[in-house]
Amino acid sequence: MTKIAIRSLHLSKYFDDTAAVDDVSLSLPQGQFLALLGPSGCGKTTTLRLLAGFEAPDRGEIYVDDRPVFRPGLNVPPEKRRVGMVFQEYALFPHMTVADNVAYGLPKNADRTRRVDETLELVGLRDIKARMPHELSGGQQQRVALARALAPNPALVLLDEPFSNLDAGLRGQVRVEVRQILRDAGATVIFVTHDQEEAFSLADQVAVMMNGRLLQLDSPENLYRRPATRSIATFLGHTNFLTGQISRDRLTCELGHLPGNGQPDGPVQVMIRPEDLRLTATESGPATVVTRSFYGHDQLIELQLDSGSRLHSRILGSSGQFRPGQRVAIASPDDVVLYPQ
Amino acid sequence: MTVTASKLNTILTRIEPAWTRRHRHRQSNTPPLFLVIVAVLVAGAAVLPPAYLVVRAAGAGASKVADILLRPRTIEVFFGSAGLALAVGLAAVIIGVTLAWLTVRTDLPGRRFWAVATVLPLTLPSYVGAFTLIAALGPRGMVQDWLEPLGIDRLPSIYGFPGALLALTLFTYPYVLLSVRAGLRGLDPSLEEAARSLGRSPRRVFWEITLPHLRPSIYAGGLLVALYTLSDFGAVSLLRFNSFTRAIYLQYSASFDRSVAAVLALLLVVLTMLILTAESYMRGKARYYRSSAGAHRRARPVKLGRWTIPALIFTGSITLLGVGLPLLVIGFWLIRGLLAGETINLGWDILLNSVTASGLAAGVAVLAAIPVAVLLVRFPGFRSRWLERSVYLGYALPGIVIALALVFFGANYATFLYQTLAMLVFAYMVRFLPQAVGSTRASLLQISPRLEEAARSLGRTPRQVLTSITGPLLRPGLSTGLALVFLTGMKELPATLLLAPTEFYTLATRIWSATEEAFFARAAAPSLLLVLVSAIAVWIILTQEEKKV
Repeated sequence: MTKIAIRSLHLSKYFDDTAAVDDVSLSLPQGQFLALLGPSGCGKTTTLRLLAGFEAPDRGEIYVDDRPVFRPGLNVPPEKRRVGMVFQEYALFPHMTVADNVAYGLPKNADRTRRVDETLELVGLRDIKARMPHELSGGQQQRVALARALAPNPALVLLDEPFSNLDAGLRGQVRVEVRQILRDAGATVIFVTHDQEEAFSLADQVAVMMNGRLLQLDSPENLYRRPATRSIATFLGHTNFLTGQISRDRLTCELGHLPGNGQPDGPVQVMIRPEDLRLTATESGPATVVTRSFYGHDQLIELQLDSGSRLHSRILGSSGQFRPGQRVAIASPDDVVLYPQ
Repeated sequence: MTVTASKLNTILTRIEPAWTRRHRHRQSNTPPLFLVIVAVLVAGAAVLPPAYLVVRAAGAGASKVADILLRPRTIEVFFGSAGLALAVGLAAVIIGVTLAWLTVRTDLPGRRFWAVATVLPLTLPSYVGAFTLIAALGPRGMVQDWLEPLGIDRLPSIYGFPGALLALTLFTYPYVLLSVRAGLRGLDPSLEEAARSLGRSPRRVFWEITLPHLRPSIYAGGLLVALYTLSDFGAVSLLRFNSFTRAIYLQYSASFDRSVAAVLALLLVVLTMLILTAESYMRGKARYYRSSAGAHRRARPVKLGRWTIPALIFTGSITLLGVGLPLLVIGFWLIRGLLAGETINLGWDILLNSVTASGLAAGVAVLAAIPVAVLLVRFPGFRSRWLERSVYLGYALPGIVIALALVFFGANYATFLYQTLAMLVFAYMVRFLPQAVGSTRASLLQISPRLEEAARSLGRTPRQVLTSITGPLLRPGLSTGLALVFLTGMKELPATLLLAPTEFYTLATRIWSATEEAFFARAAAPSLLLVLVSAIAVWIILTQEEKKV
């Protein structure tokens, strides 16, 4: 069994009586990547700072490599936790060269030069070790920050909004590079982001946080397909909701009859992703196209059902047959997500 | 001059980068113990003088205190001081606003030159300024000398209220000028253009839009001047105006019953506090008026037209009186002294005394400032607000008050320190601590706490972080603080007069005694030197301001 690199139990932190972090328990096996995903102000950065030791929790326990670093009566200072951190603004020491920055966390007696070279090699910056931080591009600064955090071989690396300071055009490429560097280093990683695409594409596990609470911890696929609550579903991308009624394991809604997925009888909310609705242009259809937003490789069609409800459908390709006013038929998947009302 | 220069310094360094505000709520950790201990000691040192003054005054007994407070002389001094502060404040506002507008918003010929020249009076320590005014305009001064052939053997007296008003206005209006100028530059010209496009004449736009937006800058500058006037000792004493500071000094040196001086000093503190409270109230409101940050476009200059000549005459004569005349007088007496065979030898020992005392004070003040600034910036909270208040108490206390308190304290409890260099350095330290803390703090605000956290997560203890990261990055702020305390220490007069060891003369006390005895030639050389020293200090403060804006 793989070792658990980091575990938190019932972690809570209050600022002036409001819970910034509320009863957060999570654990992450060695070598895995976890994304803390949530809107700004949801407590994800505070969670990171609690794990790093920059803030003391008001309640809870933290274990690094099964060693307690925080619990009642014990608060191991950040410098003794073996938790590396890459800050949003990188926080490179402006008065030190790249090499000195990377060497800063290495013990005095170690073979520092070798380790510095090794780590800089890993991030692909070996030839700029004598430069000062202000002489580097944003992407280079970030890789130095990574190298600095990785050099002492921490049990866990924390990244706070790692890509928010980069141009949108650069972000995708840097994301792949950074993931590769961290994988090559064998690092265990927790990173904070408000961008679901970033979370889904980088992480093995995604933890969704809102208002200080951890709402769901799951693989990216499960999270997207089966959000635990309606608010998580809304947060994770564009989505449709319809009201429906369950009766004897059959769902009845405006799109017809569907399997009830074992839900008890009663009113429900039906969640359907726009890309799961298939449209057919036909005068006998039950809905009308209201607006069409064309994006190139896909398009978003807004429909109005004759009952007045509105739905969105995302279709691939540049077909021009769904123009406002067009009547359409809608086919929905059998596998819809239901939330009791 | 010190109170105001340092005050200006902090007002200007209050601007914080965005991240401090964003992350402030997260700074909830407790500070390291060694920082707290040192900071509490420093705060204690800063609070000692005023606290002891209260004890001392209370020791006189309630009926005695009431008796002193109700003396006609006390009441006269109180209203005289308050009146002078008000009059100087008003005069400085009128001159400062006019000059700011002329040099920023009009086509005044030689604007760039005037922009610098009109600030220069700030470089004259008020007692140097007063000395030059007396030497020039005194009843038997230089002007009378030139007018002698016309049969004028005496000019109207410059002493008393008119002289004090003239001197203090001339050498303090730059505070208003600088603050209003910053306000004018921050004002988005599109506001005025919007008003014009809505049908207002330029004149009405000035009264309805421009002036209301400048109100906070005017208040800030004016109150700074008033505060300065209350704390000034050198100019009013030389010009023999009975203000608080002079009355305190006379009471102190003339009588054996020193509780009168203590009560007067406390009353002065009360008056100063009143003004400070008014100022912070105004400043709180001022934020409301802050104009848009993106005002980079320059307003089109107003054409002065037929007002060009009067504007030039006004600007020219203020500059002439505030800088030209003093420099002329100093130069005149320097040369005249030379020709008359009077030794212009500064006295190397005097220079050395000044350098030693203020150099030591600078070192001590900056060392004391570091833990205080770290606590204030990195661990803001209720307790550090108290720390800030006690350390910044120096602002509220005129130099003579601090000096007097330390004289009492030294004579009673620390006789081994009384009239030693250590005592003088301590007084300077308390007095200039706000300046050192201000510079250190401004510099610390530029250092992201993330840097320190990064160092912690890389395995360093708080103390190691302080020496390897914060310390080195703080160096520019520390050198600024060092320079400021050193330079202002060189100019310090009242504390030196009261606390210096016997026969320990400095440049400041030399100018003072020479002017009192009308040995103008003897005052000239040290004056010139102090003007230079002071010019460097002003230059440092102004470049700090530039960097912030």
